[in-house]
Amino acid sequence: MSGVSRESSEAGPRRGRGESIGDRVADVARPSELSLAPGARPRRSARRTREILAAYGFLTPWLVGLIGLTLGPMLYSLYLSFTRYNLLTPPRWNGLGNYREMISDPRLHNSIGVTLTYVLIAVPAILVVSLAVALVLAHGMRFLPFYRAAFYLPSLIGASVAVSLLWRQLFAGDGVLNALLRVFGIEGRTWIGDPDTALYTLVLLSVWTFGAPMIIFLAGIRQVPRDLYEAAAVDGAGPVRRFLSVTLPMLTPLIFFNILLTTVNAFQAFTPAYVVSNGSGGPADSTLFYTLYLYQRGFANLDMGYASAMAWSLLVVLGIFTAAMFATSRLWVYYGDER
Amino acid sequence: MTTSSVAPTPSLLRPVFRRRASRNVVVRAVARHALLLAILFVVLYPLLWMLGASFRPGNQTFGTLGLWPDPFTLNNYREGWSYGSLNFSRYFVNSFVIAVLCIVGNVISCSLAAYAFARLEFPLKRVLFALVLATLLLPYQVTIVPQYVLFNELAWINTILPLTVPKYLATDAFFVFLMVQFIRTLPRELDEAALLDGCGYLGIFRRVIVPLSLPAIGTTAMFTFIRTWDDFLGPLLYLNNPERWTVALGLNGFLDATGTSSFGPLFAMATVAVAPIVGFFLVSQKLLIEGVATSGLK
Repeated sequence: MSGVSRESSEAGPRRGRGESIGDRVADVARPSELSLAPGARPRRSARRTREILAAYGFLTPWLVGLIGLTLGPMLYSLYLSFTRYNLLTPPRWNGLGNYREMISDPRLHNSIGVTLTYVLIAVPAILVVSLAVALVLAHGMRFLPFYRAAFYLPSLIGASVAVSLLWRQLFAGDGVLNALLRVFGIEGRTWIGDPDTALYTLVLLSVWTFGAPMIIFLAGIRQVPRDLYEAAAVDGAGPVRRFLSVTLPMLTPLIFFNILLTTVNAFQAFTPAYVVSNGSGGPADSTLFYTLYLYQRGFANLDMGYASAMAWSLLVVLGIFTAAMFATSRLWVYYGDER
Repeated sequence: MTTSSVAPTPSLLRPVFRRRASRNVVVRAVARHALLLAILFVVLYPLLWMLGASFRPGNQTFGTLGLWPDPFTLNNYREGWSYGSLNFSRYFVNSFVIAVLCIVGNVISCSLAAYAFARLEFPLKRVLFALVLATLLLPYQVTIVPQYVLFNELAWINTILPLTVPKYLATDAFFVFLMVQFIRTLPRELDEAALLDGCGYLGIFRRVIVPLSLPAIGTTAMFTFIRTWDDFLGPLLYLNNPERWTVALGLNGFLDATGTSSFGPLFAMATVAVAPIVGFFLVSQKLLIEGVATSGLK
């Protein structure tokens, strides 16, 4: 749309008003311009060249970063994944050795299990809680900005060391949760030190940061056209029915977006697991997230080749997940009639 | 047409009905607020508890449910600020220096790239923008090892360069995306008018785009601050020398130094560590929340 208006205004009678030298030179060809003849071309292409040069000028820092800090390192990491490398001596070719080791590494398998458990519980829980609170907030509440801000606050600090330390104390043997349980006469346990429960305290920490997806849902709910609800009400739909038939379908693009982002984020959780377990992934490896194990292998044991193989495997898995999300999205994501 | 069903048309005809309806509305609103406040209390309880614990004499921290510190003391703050070999004055300076350098870098590099993507036409634009979106979802794990190797080769370990220089190269695709989305909403007529007035592209960027994009730039600055302040893995990898530690590393060092013996000073310092974020958030929350709503940033 805007491209069209731009083209047409360029073709209009506004040449030679102190533009570039190249434009002024092109003005020599002015008479032929009216007839849309080839003479108009050099002028536009000089402008085009300038625009392209400017664009790449603006993009230079980003391009340097993309090649030097993202794509280049990715390729190097792919290479490293086929080597043994400890940072001190040059990488030695190891073929598929690292990947073969991954297949028979019980700690890795355990860390995959821990991570998947975490993702499969935390992501749906975050989505349900954030959508539920957003639905309550969407009723044109007073003090909405206050609620929105207050619920959002944990998202900002949920991955910090301070909150991870706090979590350690909340779920410690002499912690706050047990003090609460004692009020009801229940004898708790050392939640954070028990392999059966440690992971779930971290799940809870991640659910605690439901504010970010909530805000996205809230913005989406408020954009659902009111007449859809009115039409549904006229047809005799109750609140539940209206939610299922109007709100939910209209929100599917945001649900899609939130599933994708929350999942990718959950796979990358690191700080809470590190701080809560003092870097060990304990107790009994029960909080050994994939990322934490990768860190241990790469930076504590200096198995850089193995860590790279782990990183690339994660990339492939997340890539497949993302591709699958997009592929299935047309089955369940509603993008409105106009698109 | 559609608004008439919401507007108070039947009110004159059926006053009794209306009164009952409005009482119903009030009851529902009160119920909703009560529900939200209850949830909010649960959500914010840990933070309030931490704040209370930070003012409580050390031996009273454990297992208390209450929020209000009854014997009130500032000792935890005094003690924690330079506990053992820890020195939070230094960590705060280090963290602030890194945060400011990162903010400047992100704002400049991301807005430059965003302007090109939002406004200019150039070959490979679609491909390159697709790369922006792809790097948005790229797990950082895949670059930490090779980046570490690179920065090690450059002898940047134990300096703040690995944490700051990447920000000058727009490696946070989130912010490029955020600003592209924002710049696209600005009226193009302004660019064209500036172009007519003889502005080059850099002039348009500086005099039109940047001044109008201040909300997006502010959001970028705030999020960059929060992320670099919270960041733990980066400093953990690159800053081994305690002289260069950030607040996050200092807090973690607290745990290593004391084990579980002195929670009072620990929570005093944890409170101090989150205070800048909470403070900035309270000042700028509208900006941040709009940023989240439009781009899904976390």
